[in-house]
Amino acid sequence: MQLLQLLISGVAQGCIYGLIALGFVLIYKATETVSFAQGDLMMVGAFSGLAAMTLLGFPFWIAVPAAIVAMGVFGAFLERLVIRPILGQPAFSIVMLTIGVGYVLRGLITMIPDVGTDTHTMPVPYAGEVLRLGGLVIAAEQMVVIGATGILCLGLFAMFKYSKLGIAMQAASQNQLAAYYMGIPVKQINGLVWGLAAAVAAVAGLLLAPITFVHANMGFIGLKAFPAAVVGGFGSLPGAIVGGLVIGIVESFSGFYLPEGFKDIAPYIVVLLMLVLKPNGLFGEQLRKKV
Amino acid sequence: MRFIFKTDYNQDVKLAKHGGHVFWYSLLGLFLVAAPWVVPEYWLAQLTFVLIYAVVGLGLMLLAGFTGLFSLGHAAFLGVGAYTQGVLVNAGVPFPLALVCAGLFSAMAGVIVGLPALRVKGIYLGMATLAFGFIVEEGMARWEHVTGGNAGLMVGYPAIGSWTLDSTESFYFLCLVVAVGATLAIVNLLRSSTGRAFVAIRDSEISAQSMGIHLARYKTLSFALSAALAGIGGALYAHKIQFLSPEQFSIIQSIDLLLMVVIGGLGSIHGAFLGAIFLIVMPQLISLGKDFLPAAIAGAAGLQGTVYGMVLIAFVLFEPMGLYGRWLKVRTWFQLFPFYRRGLFKRQKSFQKSDRLK
Repeated sequence: MQLLQLLISGVAQGCIYGLIALGFVLIYKATETVSFAQGDLMMVGAFSGLAAMTLLGFPFWIAVPAAIVAMGVFGAFLERLVIRPILGQPAFSIVMLTIGVGYVLRGLITMIPDVGTDTHTMPVPYAGEVLRLGGLVIAAEQMVVIGATGILCLGLFAMFKYSKLGIAMQAASQNQLAAYYMGIPVKQINGLVWGLAAAVAAVAGLLLAPITFVHANMGFIGLKAFPAAVVGGFGSLPGAIVGGLVIGIVESFSGFYLPEGFKDIAPYIVVLLMLVLKPNGLFGEQLRKKV
Repeated sequence: MRFIFKTDYNQDVKLAKHGGHVFWYSLLGLFLVAAPWVVPEYWLAQLTFVLIYAVVGLGLMLLAGFTGLFSLGHAAFLGVGAYTQGVLVNAGVPFPLALVCAGLFSAMAGVIVGLPALRVKGIYLGMATLAFGFIVEEGMARWEHVTGGNAGLMVGYPAIGSWTLDSTESFYFLCLVVAVGATLAIVNLLRSSTGRAFVAIRDSEISAQSMGIHLARYKTLSFALSAALAGIGGALYAHKIQFLSPEQFSIIQSIDLLLMVVIGGLGSIHGAFLGAIFLIVMPQLISLGKDFLPAAIAGAAGLQGTVYGMVLIAFVLFEPMGLYGRWLKVRTWFQLFPFYRRGLFKRQKSFQKSDRLK
């Protein structure tokens, strides 16, 4: 029973990691770059949800979509403003650029007087409710996280499989030049991918907010989503979710069974083992480059 | 415009290529030697920090700028060096011996991190070093009977026998000697076949391999040397700060170190020094600038992070070669005056080459 309890809390935490990792993978697949700003975009997403609810006074069911859409637009805008001018530069430059974007976002949120430095509670309607199932105790927050992640995954899966836009995104990620020749507007697709990644990050932020509170440094959880993306294979969307679940479950079990301190580094030990044993991850593609 | 006539083969191996080098570097050397008598004590301490960070920056420059492997966990090497130094000096080991041990221990850590680097590249290597950084940080916090854990570790002054370097000036000279030694070592290394092999690996692994460069050996060597320099820098840092705690060597420090080499200018030795100057002077400039800003902005906690981020974004967007690249442009403008053309340093745009196909 205890095992099951640990498993559920691990899965809930893993879903968050998986959602942030999904953002990394989306951007990596489309533009071959790793966005270190993903965790901070998540933080901004949570703050914008909070602002919509408290400042603008929206009810919960309007505030959440509003925050997600706003973050999507913001992501596309960010791509247009800073990422597009340096596409084609070495990946390292873009990594540094996204680190810079993360710094600025975190700094700007902290600079908002009276709001940025405090810790806030997100007023969600399901806060504090608990479901008892036999001996199991499941918090409503955890169930919402798991459920929302499932629905989002189905939606993304359907989009990439059936919609024209999703197929165009896949094409652009496999070969930009060929996609461009086929009439796919690669630049706009890149912008949309960044928007999508930011929207997914906002979802993660809104889901995480009731569990950990909203504060300017919540973006650091993004650093644990990197192991998730690597374990799943950096180029694979289902891999990101599975990797997130693996990391979440490992973390939850090591927190209970191993001595104190292992909980925080367990994800990194897993990722190092993964890199040594199977560098392409669980679902990574195995391709060869011709000279 | 300066024309260098080659009249001797030894000219190619000389460190100073022409009289201008000799003149300006001698002037710089004179200033650095005279600094304790010229510069106020506060700024001398800052200058010491610049030298320490420059030593660490040289190591990271060798790895990121010249071998093309980037490390997101360099603070871990800094930490290994600092703690080794702290523990050994507190145990009564003479300072020079402890310094060598700090370098060696860090180099060993570098070799260990280098091992996964042989199989993975690009972003995966970044992840491996990031993971290593977190594990080392947690290790420093948990291995309490050696490192003091989160309570911290006090480090005394560097001492050999009864001779203690306890003044700002004497410690400054120590850092100066180490920094100059490290710079000369790196400059020499880059002239040698080993250094050329590093640069070849950076430019193209496949062509380096086909020229007979043993990738595994040189990558590991690069990691080891880079980590050793970071460890030596860390040892000096330990004496300068005199108090070590694990959070000084977190991911933030690693990112600061990367920021230093990127802003200084990747792929140039000057860049390590310019970056170190930037890293130390920037907070001072920000606190000076606070007087001119409205109180609401000046008092905000996130100001420094915002300014750092914006400077970083501006450099990546407009000056990817960093401060040193900007200096090169200025110098060329003066040399070619009035014939400098705007497109002279234009970056070439290329189609994205896939990193996944390897």
